[in-house]
Amino acid sequence: MTDLILFADIDEPGLATIDVYRRRGGYEMVRRALDMTPDEVVHEIDVSGLRGRGGAGFAMGKKASFIPHGTMDKYLVCNADESEPGTFKDRELMQKSPHMLIEGMIISAYAVGANRAFIYIRGEYELQADLLEAAVEEARAAGFLGERILGSDLSLTLWVHRGAGAYICGEETALLDSLEGRRGNPRLKPPFPANQGLYQGPTLINNVETLATVPHIMRMGGEEYAKIGTPSSTGTKLVSVSGNVQRPGNYEIELGISSRELIYGLAGGPPEGREVKLWFPGGSSAPVLTADDLDLPYDFEHMAEAGSMLGSGAIIVVDDSNSVVDVAMKTAKFYRHESCGKCTPCREGTNWTVRMLERIDSGEATPMDLDIMASVCTNIIGNCLCVLGDAMAMPVGSMIEKFRDEFEAHIEAARARNDALTGDEAPPEPLIQGAAAA
Amino acid sequence: MAIDPSGVPRFGHGSRVPGWDDAADLAKDPAGVPDPATTPVPEDLRARIEEYMARYPDRRSASIPALFAVQDRYGWCTPQGIEQAACVMRLTPGYLIAVATFYDMLETRPVGRNQVYVCTNISCSLCGADELLAAMQEEVGEDEDFNVRGFECLGACDLAPMASVNGEYVGPIALDEVPTLVQQVRDGTDPLPDKQLRRRPSVDPKVARPS
Repeated sequence: MTDLILFADIDEPGLATIDVYRRRGGYEMVRRALDMTPDEVVHEIDVSGLRGRGGAGFAMGKKASFIPHGTMDKYLVCNADESEPGTFKDRELMQKSPHMLIEGMIISAYAVGANRAFIYIRGEYELQADLLEAAVEEARAAGFLGERILGSDLSLTLWVHRGAGAYICGEETALLDSLEGRRGNPRLKPPFPANQGLYQGPTLINNVETLATVPHIMRMGGEEYAKIGTPSSTGTKLVSVSGNVQRPGNYEIELGISSRELIYGLAGGPPEGREVKLWFPGGSSAPVLTADDLDLPYDFEHMAEAGSMLGSGAIIVVDDSNSVVDVAMKTAKFYRHESCGKCTPCREGTNWTVRMLERIDSGEATPMDLDIMASVCTNIIGNCLCVLGDAMAMPVGSMIEKFRDEFEAHIEAARARNDALTGDEAPPEPLIQGAAAA
Repeated sequence: MAIDPSGVPRFGHGSRVPGWDDAADLAKDPAGVPDPATTPVPEDLRARIEEYMARYPDRRSASIPALFAVQDRYGWCTPQGIEQAACVMRLTPGYLIAVATFYDMLETRPVGRNQVYVCTNISCSLCGADELLAAMQEEVGEDEDFNVRGFECLGACDLAPMASVNGEYVGPIALDEVPTLVQQVRDGTDPLPDKQLRRRPSVDPKVARPS
C-alpha cells in the first residue's frame, strides 16, 4: 500500500483555510512551477502519465500539449459538475482541501498560458461552493491570484461559477455552453475545446481530482509519480464506493489493486448474508460487472478489457436482494430525465427504453422486447453529439446481456400475475410501432 | 378569446426537451430587450447581477447566477423578475426563460420556500430513498411552505439515503427521523446536526485522525 497523496491531511482541522494549508507546505509548488518554463511544467505532467479523473481517462499532459501557443486569450476550466451517479470524490476534496485545487489550477494555468480560470461547480454543492469562494478570496489576498503572481509574468483571475442542476453540464462542451450562459447543450466535436472552447478560445478542461493532483506531481516529480500504480494507470485514485456496502465512502487507492480488496476489504462488502449481484465500476454510465469479475485489478485497462470502464472511479454495489429490472429502470429514468434533447437517438431512445422497461414491469412485454431494447441501445451508441445516450445504453444493454434470464423470468412472473388477476389468457400484444395507437 | 398558454401542454405525452412543455402564446408580440426607462429594477438585484456580469468576458455568462439572484429575491423565477434581469443584462426575457427552463434548480413556477431535495438515484434507492421520499411527502402534507421533490444524484451516495435540506446535505436519514427533520425545518433550526455532511470525517482507514 502506497502512502496517501490527495487524502494525506484531509481531516486536518482547518485545512480549508490558507494558513493551515500553507503550514502543510501548500502553495510552495506554485513558486517551483513559476521558476520553470511552461513547457517544462507540461512535460512534467506528461511524464507522470496522469490520466483524467473525470471519466474519459484522457492523459492530462497530452491534453495540455494540444493547447496552441500564442498570445490569444486562453482559458482554464475546472469541471466540478460532479453529477455522475455514485461519484462524490470531488465533493470531499473541494470541501476539505479547496486550496489544493486552486494551487493545481494556478500551476496548470501557467503551463498552458491561460489567464482566466473558472471552476464550474454543480449548483447543489452549496457548502463546497461557499468554501471554494472563501478559499479563492484568501488566495487572492495572499497574492496567488491576480496580476503578476509572485512577481512573475503570470496573471490569473479565478471565479467559481455555480451550475443549476443538469447532469449534462458535466460533459465538457455542454459545460462550456452553460458557462457561456446558455442551455447546456453539447457541441459538435471537433473542434475540440483545446482549440475552440470557452468563448471560442483555446481551453483546457480538467476534473477537480486531476487538477488537485498537479501540485503533488510537481512536488514528487513526474517520474516518481509514474512509479505508483500500473504503467498505463499511474498514480492514486479516489474511489467512491456506495450502494449495498457496509462502509460507503471515498477511498484513495493505488490503481491496480484488486476490486475485491476494494469492495470487501475497504468498503466492508454487502450487508451480512448478502452477496454481490452486480457492480458498476465507474459510475452508473459504466457497463455492469458481476461477482465473477471481482478479482480483476481495478485500473483503466482491466476494466476496459472486461467490457466496462473505470469512468469516474465510482463503484456502486448492488446485492442479491435487489431486482436487476429495478436497477435498469432507475438508470434509464435518470438518463431520460437528464437528456438535453438535442440529438434524437438519445432524446427518444432513453424514453423508449424506459417505456419498454415499464412494459416489462407491468407484464405487457414479451421476450422480444428485450431484443428491441438491445437494438435501441445499439442505435444510440455512437450516434449522438455526446455520450449521454451511450451512458444509458451501455449499462442497460449490459444488464440485459448478463441477466437476460432474470429479465425473462420477471416478464413471465408479471404476466402470470396479470393473468391471475383478469382470469383470462390474453395473447401478448405485438410490439409494432404504431400498433398501440391504431 | 385568448387561451392561457400555461395550461396547455405542447405535447400530449410530454416533451422530451427540458422546458418545452409550455405552448407559446401566439396572441402576444415577441418581447424585445426591456426598456430601462419603463422597467424598474430593485437596486440590490441590479447590483448583484452587474457584479456577476463583470466576472466574465461575455455578460451572458452571468445568466445562471442572475437567475439565482432573481430566485433568491422572489422565491422563484417570476416573469417580472426575469424581465428585470433581462433589462440589466440587455437580453430578451425569452433568452433567460430558455435558460431557466433547462435547469432543475431554477423554478419557473411558484414553490414553497423550504427546499427539500431527496436523492432518488441508484445508490440512495438501494438504501431506501423511495420510502424516504414518500415519508417526507406524507409528513409535510399540504404545507405550502415546503417544496419536497425527488432529485437526481446529489453526489452524496455515502450518506444514502440522504436529502438536501435548504442546501444542507443530511444523511443517512432513518424513516423515524423524518418527523423531527420536518419539524426542525418548520422551526428554522439546524436540520439533524449530527447527520450533516459538513461534520462527517473521511472513512478511509489510512487517513490520519486528528487527535
